[in-house]
Amino acid sequence: MKSDSPLFLVAQDLTLFCICVNVQSQPASLAAEDISTNSNGPKQDSLFDDDPEDLFAEATEEVSLDSPERDVLLSDGPSPAITPITPPTSVITPRIGHTHDDMFTHSSFDEIEEEEGGDSFDIHISVSDPEKVGDGMNAYMAYKVTTKTSISLFKRNEFAVKRRFSDFLGLHSKLASKYLHIGYIVPPAPEKSIVGMTKVKVGKEDQSSNEFVEKRRSALERYLMRTVKHPILLKDPDVLQFLESSELPRAVSTQALSSAGLLRMVNKAADAVNKMTIKMNESDAWFEEKQQHFENLDVQLRKLHTSVESLVCHRKELSVNTAQFAKSAAMLGNSEDHTALSRALSQLAEVEEKIDQLHQDQANADFYLFSELLGDYVRLLTAVKGVFDHRMKTWQKWQDSQMLLQKKREAEAKLQFTNKPDKLQQAKDEIKELEGKVQQGERDFEQISKTIRKEVSRFEKERVKDFKTIIIKYLESLVQTQQQLIKYWEAFLPEAKAIS
Amino acid sequence: MSLEPGLSQQTISVVQEQTKSKKSFNVDLQTDAMLQVDISDALSERDKVKFTVHTKSTLPNFKQNEFSVVRQHEEFIWLHDSFVENEEYAGYIIPPAPPRPDFDASREKLQKLGEGEGSMTKEEFTKMKQELEAEYLAIFKKTVAMHEVFLCRVAAHPVLRKDLNFHVFLEYNQDLSVRGKNKKEKLEDFFKNVVKSADGVLVAGVKDVDDFFEHEKTFLLEYHNRVKDASAKSDRMIRSHKNAADDINRIASSLYTLGTQDSTDLCKYEQMLSLNLTWSCLHKIEARIAADEDLKLADLLKYYLRESQAAKDLLYRRSRALVDYENANKALDKARAKNRDVLQAETSQQLCCHKFEKISESAKQELIDFKTRRVAAFRKNLVELAELELKHAKGNLQLLQGCLGILKGNT
Repeated sequence: MKSDSPLFLVAQDLTLFCICVNVQSQPASLAAEDISTNSNGPKQDSLFDDDPEDLFAEATEEVSLDSPERDVLLSDGPSPAITPITPPTSVITPRIGHTHDDMFTHSSFDEIEEEEGGDSFDIHISVSDPEKVGDGMNAYMAYKVTTKTSISLFKRNEFAVKRRFSDFLGLHSKLASKYLHIGYIVPPAPEKSIVGMTKVKVGKEDQSSNEFVEKRRSALERYLMRTVKHPILLKDPDVLQFLESSELPRAVSTQALSSAGLLRMVNKAADAVNKMTIKMNESDAWFEEKQQHFENLDVQLRKLHTSVESLVCHRKELSVNTAQFAKSAAMLGNSEDHTALSRALSQLAEVEEKIDQLHQDQANADFYLFSELLGDYVRLLTAVKGVFDHRMKTWQKWQDSQMLLQKKREAEAKLQFTNKPDKLQQAKDEIKELEGKVQQGERDFEQISKTIRKEVSRFEKERVKDFKTIIIKYLESLVQTQQQLIKYWEAFLPEAKAIS
Repeated sequence: MSLEPGLSQQTISVVQEQTKSKKSFNVDLQTDAMLQVDISDALSERDKVKFTVHTKSTLPNFKQNEFSVVRQHEEFIWLHDSFVENEEYAGYIIPPAPPRPDFDASREKLQKLGEGEGSMTKEEFTKMKQELEAEYLAIFKKTVAMHEVFLCRVAAHPVLRKDLNFHVFLEYNQDLSVRGKNKKEKLEDFFKNVVKSADGVLVAGVKDVDDFFEHEKTFLLEYHNRVKDASAKSDRMIRSHKNAADDINRIASSLYTLGTQDSTDLCKYEQMLSLNLTWSCLHKIEARIAADEDLKLADLLKYYLRESQAAKDLLYRRSRALVDYENANKALDKARAKNRDVLQAETSQQLCCHKFEKISESAKQELIDFKTRRVAAFRKNLVELAELELKHAKGNLQLLQGCLGILKGNT
C-alpha cells in the first residue's frame, strides 16, 4: 500500500474531492477530477463556485453506481425523494446557490477545512413533546423536533417538525448506506425496544413507561445532535429534509420483522464471516495501532458502562431505603416519650426524607449524564469498527481486481500465440477495463484510508470534549447536592443540641 | 435500691483515653475511681478474638490494684447469663450481652477478592484489598467497643459490680473453662425462650395497679418494636451506600486504566487523570457518609434495641413476680378458707410479696435511669452525626470545587 502523500495523489491523478466552502468565503479549491471509467464517460472540468454565501462547491460522486457493496448496504433502496448518486451529466452545469432537493453531491474535507471545523458551528436541535398518536398496536409516539440555527443551509432560523421513531431509523439507514462504506463514522440510531414500545402502545401510564419515553426522547436528541455535528452529514439532503420537511415518507423497511430487516440480518452474518476470511497486509502501522486502540477502548467503555449501570441501580436502591428509614425514624420519634428527643427524631426523619430525594436526583444524573453517554459511545465504537472493516473490504476488492487482471493478462499472453484475432481483441478490451478497475480500487482504498484518518481524529476530539462536558455537568450537580446536604444538616444540628 | 452516696448521675461519656484514643461509647456511664475496666488490647485469630481485659481498682476484694486477663467472647456470655439466672438481680436491667464477633462476611469478601484476582488489574486489586482490610478493621474495632461497653456498664452498676462472678471474670488469670453451649443446651435455651415469650404474653395481659409500670410496659413494647424496625432499615440504607461506594471505586479504577492506555495524547492523558481524581473523590464522599451513618446511627439503634429488650425482660420479671404474688394471695385465701396448710401458704405469700416489692423498687429506678441514659446517648450520637455529616459535606464541597477548577481550567 503506497503512502498517501499529497504529491503522490496528484501524480496518480486520483480523484480529489472538492472542499466545502465555509462562510468565511474561502474560494473552493478544486482539482481536476477523474471520474472512474466505470460509471460514466466525460471528464469534468474544474468547477468553480466562489459565491461566499454558498457553502457548497460542486463535486462529483466517487462511488460508481454498480459497486457490489453498495447493493448489499442499500437494503431499502435509494430514498424515494433523493438519489444520492449524481449522474455526472447533470452536474456539468455549475450551480450558484443550491436547492437541496436537487441532485446533490457530497463532498469531503481537506486539511484546511479541518481546522475551522467546529467554530462556525451553530445549530441546536431539541426533541420534545412526546405525544401518543393513534390507538392500540398501531399507535406510535410522535416527537417534536425543533431546530434553531444560523447556518444558511437552512431556509429559516427556527423551525419544528413532527417525527416518529421509525423516521429516525430511516434517516440513519439512509446515511449509513451512503457514507459508511466510504469511511465516514455515521452515528448509530437509538436502539429499538419492542417491550418498551408495546407498553406505551398498550397505554400503560406508569412510571416505567414514562421513563422509557423520556429515555428514548433524550437518546433521539443526542442522536440528532451528533449527526449534525458531523460537517458532512449536516449537509446531506436526507438530513436537511428530515429536519425541515413537514411530511416525510414512511420508512417501512426499518421494521424489525420486515423482509428488509431479515435481509439486513442475513447480510450482517455474511459480513461477519467475510471479515474472518480477509487477511490484509497492513502496511500502514497507523491503522493497526488505531484498531488496537479502539478494541481496548471498547472493552474499557463496556466495563465502565456496566459499573455505572450498577451505580445507578444501587443509588435508586439507596433512595428507597433512605425513604423507608425516614418513615421508621418518624415512628420511633412518635413513640419516644421524651419530648425534645421525640422532636429531634422527627426532624431526623424529615432530613432523611429530603436526602432521599437528593439521592433520586443524583441517580437520575448518574443515569442521564453518564450511563447513556457511555452507551452511546459503545455503539459509536461499533460504527468506528465498521468503518475499519469497510476499509478492509475495499482493499480486498482492489486485490481481487488485481488478481483478476493478472489472470486475464496471462490468458491474453496465451491467446497471442493462437490465431483468434476477435478473442484477442476481446481479451485486450477486458484487460483495459480491468486496469481501470484496479486503478479505481486503489484510489478507493486510498480515499477511504484518508477519510478514516480524518474521521478518527475528529471522533477522538469529540469524545474527549463530550466526556469532559458531561463530567463537568455531573460534578456541578454533585456540588449542588453537597450544598443542599449542608443546609439540611445545619438546620438539624440545633434541634439535636436542644435535647436535654 | 438507692445509689451509693457520693456518686451522681452525670452523663459523662466514657472515653478510654489512657489506653486507646478513638473509643467513645454510645452509652453514658459513670466513671468510678474505685473500679475501672477496659479492654486494652485485642487479638483476632482465625475463628476467635482474644480480649485483654484490664482492671484498675481500689476495691479491697482484689489482690492487686491493677491487673489484666485474657478473655474470649464465650466468657462474656457466661458472665451475662450468670447475671440473668441470678434471682437476686431480677430487679435490675441486666446490661445486654455483646454480639458475637462476626467476621464471616468480611472474610468471605476477602476470599472472593483473592479468587477474582486474575480478572482485574493490579490497581483495582490493591484498591479493593485496601477497602476490605479497612472494613475488617472497622468491624474489629466495633466488636472490641461492644465488649468493653458491656463490662463498663456492669462496673458502673452499684449492685452488679459487686458480683462475685464478675470479680472472678476480671481477676482469674486462668481459663474459665467456659465452653460454649452444646447442641442440647442450645435446644434447651430455645425452648426456654419459647416458654418465656408465651408466658410473657400471658403476663402482659395482667393490668398493673401501678400507673408508672403500666405506662412503661406499653411504652417499652412499642418502642422496642420501632427501634428494631429503625435498626433494620438503617442497616439496609448503609449497605446500599456501601454498594454505591464500591461501584464508584470500580469506576475510578476503570477510568485510571482508560487514562493510562490513552497516554498517546498527552492532553488526553491529563483529562483522564483528572477524571480519575474526580471519581476517587466521589468514592471518598460516599464511603465517608456510609461510615458516619454506620458509626453514629446504626450502632446506636442496635445498642438500644438490645437495651430495650433487657428493659422489657425486667418488666416481664416484675409482672411474673406480680402474678406469682397474686396467685400466692389467692392460695392463701383458699388455704385460710379450708384451714389447711395455712402457714405454708403464708410463708409462700410473704416470699412472693417480698420478691415483688424488691423488684418493683429497683425496677422503677432502673427504668428511670434507662430513660436518662437513652436520651443522653441519642443526643450525643445525633449531635455527632450531624456534625460529622456537616464536616464531610463541607470537605466534599471543597474537593469537588477543586476538581471542577482543574477540569474547567484544562481546556
